[in-house]
Amino acid sequence: MPYALMEGNEAIAWAAAESGCRFFAGYPITPATTIFNSMLKILPPLGGICIQGEDEIASIGYCLGASMAGLKTMTATSGPGISLYSEHISFAIGSEIPIVIVDVQRLGPSTGSATRGADGDIQFLRWGSSGGLPVIVLVPVDVSDCYTLTLHAFNLAEQFRCPVFIASNKEIAMTRENIDIDSLEKPAIIDRTSPPTNHPFLPFEVAADRVVPYFLPIGGDILVRQTSSTHGPDGYITTDYDNIAKNQERLHKKLASGISRFSFHETILAENADTLLLAYGVSARAARDVYRKQKNRNRPVSLLILKTLWPVPDALIRETARKFKRVVVVEMNLGQYVREVQRILPDKSVEFIGQMDGRLINPRQIEEAIYHV
Amino acid sequence: MSSLLNTSRPPVFCPGCSHERITRSLDKAFQNMKLSGGQIAVVTDIGCSGLFDTFFHTHAFHGLHGRALTYAAGIKMAQPGLNVIVTMGDGGLGIGGAHILAACRRNLNLTLLILDNFNFGMTGGQFSATTPSEAHVGSGFLNQLERPMDVCQVAISAGAAYVTRCSGYSKHLTEEIEAAIRFNGFSLIDIWGICPGRYTKQNRLTPQMITEMLSKLPSITGPVANNSRKEYNEHYRELSAGLEPVLPPKKVAVKFRPPEPGRQEVVILGSAGQRIITAGEILCIAGLTAGLRTTQKNDYNITVLRGHSISELILSPEKIGFTGIESSSVIIALSQEGVDRRKGLFGRLDDHALILKPPEINTPMSPAKIHLMDFKSQRIKPKDWALAALSVMAKLNKVIHNDMLRSALGFKFKDNTLASAMDLVERVDIT
Ligand code: SF4
Repeated sequence: MPYALMEGNEAIAWAAAESGCRFFAGYPITPATTIFNSMLKILPPLGGICIQGEDEIASIGYCLGASMAGLKTMTATSGPGISLYSEHISFAIGSEIPIVIVDVQRLGPSTGSATRGADGDIQFLRWGSSGGLPVIVLVPVDVSDCYTLTLHAFNLAEQFRCPVFIASNKEIAMTRENIDIDSLEKPAIIDRTSPPTNHPFLPFEVAADRVVPYFLPIGGDILVRQTSSTHGPDGYITTDYDNIAKNQERLHKKLASGISRFSFHETILAENADTLLLAYGVSARAARDVYRKQKNRNRPVSLLILKTLWPVPDALIRETARKFKRVVVVEMNLGQYVREVQRILPDKSVEFIGQMDGRLINPRQIEEAIYHV
Repeated sequence: MSSLLNTSRPPVFCPGCSHERITRSLDKAFQNMKLSGGQIAVVTDIGCSGLFDTFFHTHAFHGLHGRALTYAAGIKMAQPGLNVIVTMGDGGLGIGGAHILAACRRNLNLTLLILDNFNFGMTGGQFSATTPSEAHVGSGFLNQLERPMDVCQVAISAGAAYVTRCSGYSKHLTEEIEAAIRFNGFSLIDIWGICPGRYTKQNRLTPQMITEMLSKLPSITGPVANNSRKEYNEHYRELSAGLEPVLPPKKVAVKFRPPEPGRQEVVILGSAGQRIITAGEILCIAGLTAGLRTTQKNDYNITVLRGHSISELILSPEKIGFTGIESSSVIIALSQEGVDRRKGLFGRLDDHALILKPPEINTPMSPAKIHLMDFKSQRIKPKDWALAALSVMAKLNKVIHNDMLRSALGFKFKDNTLASAMDLVERVDIT
């Protein structure tokens, strides 16, 4: 089968274009810069806009403005930039602004190591914004995932009017790999939903049969209000406790209600396995090697690869883990997502394999840890 | 045209606040321009100036402190026909300084009204970037330690094409605002006003005093001749109109069978400037010509032309999991710092493995075969060693063969670059 050669960052850029993204703003930062470079090549000839912001706060600010004015938008950064995005992430959550945010993780904390990988932002992406409301975080395992998950990320952002993160990692983002875009299983492209015309428009009103407000762009014939303040359906500040509570509750529930539709994952079960390896991102590749090597030996392992980390697919994890005595979580940090797994599986032995030194966790390390050799 | 003021939400400023006057002048300017609410977006910052969007029947966007210009730019780029007005206080001016500089440099057609009342009104009269050092404010003695900034001078230095400084009590305020909105480019008006809620509780300031203070400063009104230039959005469209659409990386046709069965791992150990990453890419493409899957994982430092540069390559008939190197088939050792960075690799080599290296590079003991490549005597420049080493591999039928390599070069390069690459791989001598 013929393949093209692409790095993860390029795949994200091409998928964004296919999703209909026509606005990108970013600030150069290793290892995310090649997304900016690619968008700069792709978007302008399509009539799209690619802006180099004066800083990360501005870059995501441009995106929020452009998104409310009707364009599908994306921005990309790494740890130091995602930290600066925080105030605008909570804005996008609370004020329901669709945006795809790529975090190409590098070894942290802080400026850390620009050219070394890690999965150190996994809890930060969920909790690193004020207010603590949920977000969607998708995690690619390889270059093909970078492509398909980006298509899904745009669909989810548009459907749920929320920020969607792609938690990439230098080791996928800047690793070149074979890819055949034509043979990928792609979702149909989804756009944001306009309101029915027979009803006066309120920017944050939610129809009885929906969990998300309809969208109209700023700049159209009908006036649209957007605000970062606590607002009622009309987009004006509200101090009404019941109204506020109802809206916060909805923001919480709107993502939870869709979990089963977007909990992307792969389950690979081996017969007679007593151990379930749970992995995500680049570490899932080493875990898959362990599964392959051991499947015909006397102590095979099964594998659950999560590609949606947030909202946590509690039911999926509980159900998949049911038959196993032991669950081993592999991640490129010192123990972040394992906390969720332990929470969901209080009766099981949940072990952890992690590393945070810029090197990939290799299959041998996983074998040593699970077979105690 | 009728007023765009929102009659169900009248201004809620403190009695005597100059913001009220500015609100009405802005409405007048909209009326004079015969604009409807749908043709305007009012983007507001934080503080009392951040309430403006609620007083008008227009599109509205209210966000975080200091960032109003960023949203406004996104809106304007997406909807070039919209009149985008930003209101911001002297607080937003301080916290959003970088965005003001960027807006001045960019010249996107936005109108920024700075409602400059020399303090943070809403939070308790703390000092801002424009508070006089001698003023009494809510920040104790701290403002005595800092000098206020002249935002108009800063804006002009940063390239703003339209800057006006005026009093919020000026008879011409409406005309000033209208002229700024009509200007095709970034326009900034620094409007001096009075905050009776906070500032004038402890400081004396009257409209008359503002007029006097302004009269002592150089007058800054309207277009800045030296900064006159194309509007950003129009210029952007102009420059991008001529760009050819680009296509995703092409697929590599499968034409060959690889010389050896099974998974092959190759590591190129070199230094920045030796074109290690490009050689790695060519090896991957060569693998694709034989229907193999491939990964290229690179390791280098943030320094650009210094330090090690390492490419780890896997070519395999099966889907590739772990992208690191477990046991290499070939190690190409081109620089000592590259070798030193990956000493551990050599301990895992078996006697099928091959090390390719120039004679002067030292590699740790291992059972692998060593093939010396004397590129110096063949007059091959160090920047070509990595590609030359691929040619050695191909000529030895190790991992790739000549047809794979030549086909990969044909895929990657064009014209003169291709000709010289072909010439180089031809010329490499393996005896
Ligand atoms: S605090 Fe000052 S700026 Fe704010 S409304 Fe009152 S007078 Fe106006």
